[in-house]
Amino acid sequence: MTSGARQPRTLFDKVWDAHVVTRREDGADLLFIDRHLVHEGSFHAFNKLKDKRAKVRRPDLTIGVADHYVPTRTRILGEIAPDIAGMIRQLDDNCRAHDIRIFGFDDPRQGIVHVVGPEQGLTLPGLTMVCGDSHTSTHGAFGALAFGIGASEVAHVLLTQCLWQKRPKRMRITVDGATAPGITAKDIALSIIARIGADGAQGHAIEYAGSAIRALSMEGRLTLCNLSIESGARCGMIAPDETTFAYVEGRPLAPAGEMFERAVAAWHDLASDADAAFDRAILLDGRDIAPTVTWGISPEDALPIGASVPDPAAIDDASRASHVREALDYMGLTPGQALAAIRIDRVFIGSCTNSRIEDLRAAAHILDGRKARVPGLVSPGSHLVKQQAEQEGLDRIFTDAGLDWVGSGCSMCVGMNGDLVPAGERCASTTNRNFKGRQGPGARTHLMSPAMAAAAAVTGHLTDVRTMLRSGA
Amino acid sequence: MTPFDIITTTACALPLASIDTDQLIPARFMKRSRADGYGQYLLYDMRFDDNGEPRPDFPLNAAGAQEAAVLVARRNFGAGSSREAAVYALADFGFRCVIAPSFGDIFASNAVNNGVLPAKVSEADAEEILTLLQTTGADVTVDLRDSLIRLGNRTFTFSVDPIWRTKLLNGWDDLDLTASLTGDIAGFEQQDAAARPWVQLQGRD
Repeated sequence: MTSGARQPRTLFDKVWDAHVVTRREDGADLLFIDRHLVHEGSFHAFNKLKDKRAKVRRPDLTIGVADHYVPTRTRILGEIAPDIAGMIRQLDDNCRAHDIRIFGFDDPRQGIVHVVGPEQGLTLPGLTMVCGDSHTSTHGAFGALAFGIGASEVAHVLLTQCLWQKRPKRMRITVDGATAPGITAKDIALSIIARIGADGAQGHAIEYAGSAIRALSMEGRLTLCNLSIESGARCGMIAPDETTFAYVEGRPLAPAGEMFERAVAAWHDLASDADAAFDRAILLDGRDIAPTVTWGISPEDALPIGASVPDPAAIDDASRASHVREALDYMGLTPGQALAAIRIDRVFIGSCTNSRIEDLRAAAHILDGRKARVPGLVSPGSHLVKQQAEQEGLDRIFTDAGLDWVGSGCSMCVGMNGDLVPAGERCASTTNRNFKGRQGPGARTHLMSPAMAAAAAVTGHLTDVRTMLRSGA
Repeated sequence: MTPFDIITTTACALPLASIDTDQLIPARFMKRSRADGYGQYLLYDMRFDDNGEPRPDFPLNAAGAQEAAVLVARRNFGAGSSREAAVYALADFGFRCVIAPSFGDIFASNAVNNGVLPAKVSEADAEEILTLLQTTGADVTVDLRDSLIRLGNRTFTFSVDPIWRTKLLNGWDDLDLTASLTGDIAGFEQQDAAARPWVQLQGRD
């Protein structure tokens, strides 16, 4: 790095600048990629390599994780549909052929790629990370520059360990003020998306700041950064601090001993300079955030649980009114209906958004000693999370309540493994997308936090979890 | 990649906001090989009913839609999943350009990597283009050199990232551009391994 006076920089710019291999005349930067995560869906990119008879440039920095298609109800591939099993085997074969480390279906550390990365110590502050999955923004929780890419870009990274990128604009979202008990990172994230819109951060890299963000655990930060893409952002980042370093220390693939100390010393510089300029700044008051749920077909269709379904007739903007009409028609809701009166058919607790140990504890806290009125699936984010939950007895709380405790994978968030919400059914879900058909053709999704999903399971309708909290929460 | 310069074609109007990539191609079709063509799965659950029959009122099923190379929609087109299959479905159906007020970033990037132009217009212009298409049915011209859309006697401007514009005009593939830079990459790797040794990983265990 050059010495002398320089422009104050954001966290994002510091990480970006440290990875520029070269700059093209037109302003595009060739960025070096520190971690490239691949999954079953990366087969299009591996096929491109095959066509070119090319090799992976840095297999040591490439990591395979089976998650999108893995079954959650069996550990035997022979028991599942051959085309789905084939997707899982294909990833194994591609990783073996290119000497890539893989957390495959039969690995005791397998799980969702965005849970496994942090858990194994692959995710570190200051890294550039990519994956052919939009929720790669998750890893920004550590102060990494992490974003989702398409298959052509996956092939480019496999071949060159680099990516041509144009520097996005910078947006700071500050949440100051302590959130109330029962309010989670999910509620913060949904409130942000409702405020700025599902395309509100398009073309921007978000940095989350403020006292409510600092107060979040790593699990909460992962949830928040995970949902950055749902506001359209290229990525979301949080400056690393003692919470981050404590999480990283001792992870299997994280630096250890003296190397860890050296790394932490460098990571202390990963914060935006005091007078760094952002292209946009948004401010939210943490004290105003209520448990939040979605009622429509885009994550921006979110409201506090005490609100009612909007009335398209009362909306002036013709395009917005048309969207609301389409959403209510798909979701089977009527204008003015209280959100807390919406009955549900099932719950899903899982996904890269909300399947970590803290999420499972929050849901179990509500379900302990209570019965679920509807069926549901609880899918932990990794086998190691599953093990830990079982050691804490959380699995018993879920099964005693009547919910199914299953294996780890993307599961009912995207339904690729066959875990689907039947057409017309309404699911209280801890996932990230309430898109039409996301959880299955005709499925109706309401996004919310794990505690809110647990509360809905108990009452059978969308419910304000604050009425069900126990003392000591 | 086929360079994108100027095209004159029929256009398909899809007056919906937030057409996400899960709708552009439902996840269940993504196991298929690209060689089979992804056009048949484009917007599958909107195009076809529960019995797999085309819905007669859906714009992509209208007479002439098969010949359209331009799709016009409302804001936040292509939001969501990074699946490039969403672009494969559009491209294999025959679309070379999508006109909308805003696009999901990853979708737009994937589109450009497949020679498909994401042309950004104002919300007001999108509404006017949608209305004109539904009333006149005229051909539309998309001119990337001048960033113009012509429809009947109306002309609209669109924006596209200048880096992407150059790439589309020349039909460039990123890999061709990077091929000559392996020396720079190796230089970076060497210098970075010394500066940030903690980033290194042991290989497969």
